[in-house]
This record gives sequence, structure tokens and C-alpha cells, in this order.
Amino acid sequence: MTHGAGRVARSPEVSAAIRSSFAVGLAVAAYGISFGALAVAAGLDVWQACVLSLLMFSGGSQFALVGVLATGGTAAGGAAIASAVLLGARNSLYALRVAPMIGPGVAKRLLAGHWTIDESTAVSTAQPTLASQRAGFWWTGAIIYVGWNVTTLMGALIGDQLGDVSQYGLDAAAAAAFLGLLWPRLKQLQPIVVAVGAAVVAAVLMPVLPAGLPVLAATLVAVAVGLTNWLGTRESDLAEAEPDPMGER
Amino acid sequence: MTVWHIILIASIAVLALKLAGFTIPAAWAEKPTVARLANLLTVSLLAALIVVQTLGSARGFDVDARLPAVAVAAVLFALRVPFIVVIIAAALVAAGIRALT
Repeated sequence: MTHGAGRVARSPEVSAAIRSSFAVGLAVAAYGISFGALAVAAGLDVWQACVLSLLMFSGGSQFALVGVLATGGTAAGGAAIASAVLLGARNSLYALRVAPMIGPGVAKRLLAGHWTIDESTAVSTAQPTLASQRAGFWWTGAIIYVGWNVTTLMGALIGDQLGDVSQYGLDAAAAAAFLGLLWPRLKQLQPIVVAVGAAVVAAVLMPVLPAGLPVLAATLVAVAVGLTNWLGTRESDLAEAEPDPMGER
Repeated sequence: MTVWHIILIASIAVLALKLAGFTIPAAWAEKPTVARLANLLTVSLLAALIVVQTLGSARGFDVDARLPAVAVAAVLFALRVPFIVVIIAAALVAAGIRALT
């Protein structure tokens, strides 16, 4: 970033990254209301729901844990832990992806690790420059961490009295946000084939596997195509990130 | 196990998995195969998340107001409409269909 005389001038890329952070972050953070309500409905108290959002901070894992506890109670504690941890495994892959943009420093990496989730990874890796990747990661992580915990508390307190958040179309907004992040990546044949293959795998497995696992299974398409470099082009094409259309105005 | 045990064990394990990814050497991410894998992993995850977020339900699979909303979003992205406008439009389409049906 360039430091001007009076104020910090943001590059267009960084500004676009921050706008993406708000668009994705606010839509996703609103889901904390449904998590808080579901957690209380599953038998957790308000504190337990809030500790999950503060400490675990991974939506898929949290929904999985609460879902298993809702049906099996504490007797299903082992299964609840296993499904949450299994769903959290993809965060290790995300951490590998975002670690180079975070840089050294133990405290910074601890906080970055805590905030390494689907959305912060997706927003940051979709940005074209290192500065905008960093901005995308920290803004998305901060917006969702604050928003997710506040809405978890709200959801837990008011239970399901607010009704279904889907009434406001927030579930569709989250899907559209993921689509917007994927869109600029589909300029070459290889990622298009991987996207279609992953979508098919997720759709086929969705009715038979527990929530979250179809997404994990879909990454096998990326591993298979990535290791063989099937339909691949020169490495330089892949190393250089495409400019992000989200930043074009 | 009490509910607190379950919550704390699972939370610490999930947090540890996130931090484990940061202990892998940075040089790894510079290798062409790793960079390609990481790029394609992002593509596959986003594609799968779109499907799950659009069609997923407690029963596994459900076609509802989300599908036309995402279709509208795809058209708007193709027309290069700004991100935030597309997101709001998708929410309005889904909310509108649900209000009318």
C-alpha cells in the first residue's frame, strides 16, 4: 500500500477485496442466528452455543456437532466430535493456502489460523495481488468472526422466534457469493472441468453422506486432476492469478 | 462425557487442524504442483459449496427458491454486474419467490 500525505491510499485491488469481504462476510455472518437457534434447540445452553462460535469458529463443524447432539445426545458425543473434526480437516488445506500471505509472527499466525475458514480463504485467494489477498483474508475473517459470534448470541437468546433466515433469502445470497468467487477462476479448461466435476460429485453424494462430507469428497476431483495435470497448460498460466472481475466497476 | 467436554474437545481439535496447516513450510506453496493443487482445490470447494448451498437440505437434496436465485446471479455475473448488487439481487429473488408461494 502507498502511504499518502494525510491518509492511506488504497489500491483498487485492496478496495475491491474489502468490498468482497463485506459482501461475503455479512451474508454468511447472518447465519449465526440459525446456528444459535439450532444449538439451543439441540439442548445446549446459551453459553455453550457461544463458546462453540468463539472457539471452534467453523460453521460446518459447528452445525455437524449440534446436529449429532440433537439426535443422539451426549451418548453420541464421540460421533459428534468425529464429524466436527472430519469437517474441520479441510481447514488444514486452507491454512496451507493462506499461510504464505500471512507471513511470519507467532501471534499473527495463531489469529490467522483461528480465522482460517471457507470464506476468508475463498475471498483472499480470489484476489490478484498480495496486498489485496491480505486485505481479503483479514477483513473477511474479522467481519465473520464478530458477526458470527454476535448473531450466535442473538440466535441463542431469541431461539427460533425470529423464524427461518431463509425467509429473507440469505441462504441464496450465500450461494450467489460462492458463485461470484468461483466465476473469475473459470477462464481455462482445466478449472472449468474441475468445477463441473466437483459440482457433480457434491450433488451425487449430498443425499447419502452427512452434511459437509460431499464438499470434502469433491476436492478429490481437484487432487486427481491437479496431480496428473490433466488438461493442464503451462505452469506460468496457473501461477499468475487472473484479475478479479469483482473488482471491476 | 458432558456437553462441555464434547464442546471443548471438538473445538480444540478443529482449532488444532487449522493451526497444523500453518506449520507446513512456506516453500511448499511455491512448487508448481502444490500451487496448481491449491488453485484447483479452491475451485472444487467453491463449486461444491455452491451446489450444497443451492440444493442442500435436511433431507439431502431440495429444489426451491434458491435455484432460480442462483441462476439470476449467474446471469448478472456474466453481465459483469458488481458483486454486492448480485448478492442483494439473489437474496431478493429468493425472498420474493418465497413470499409469493
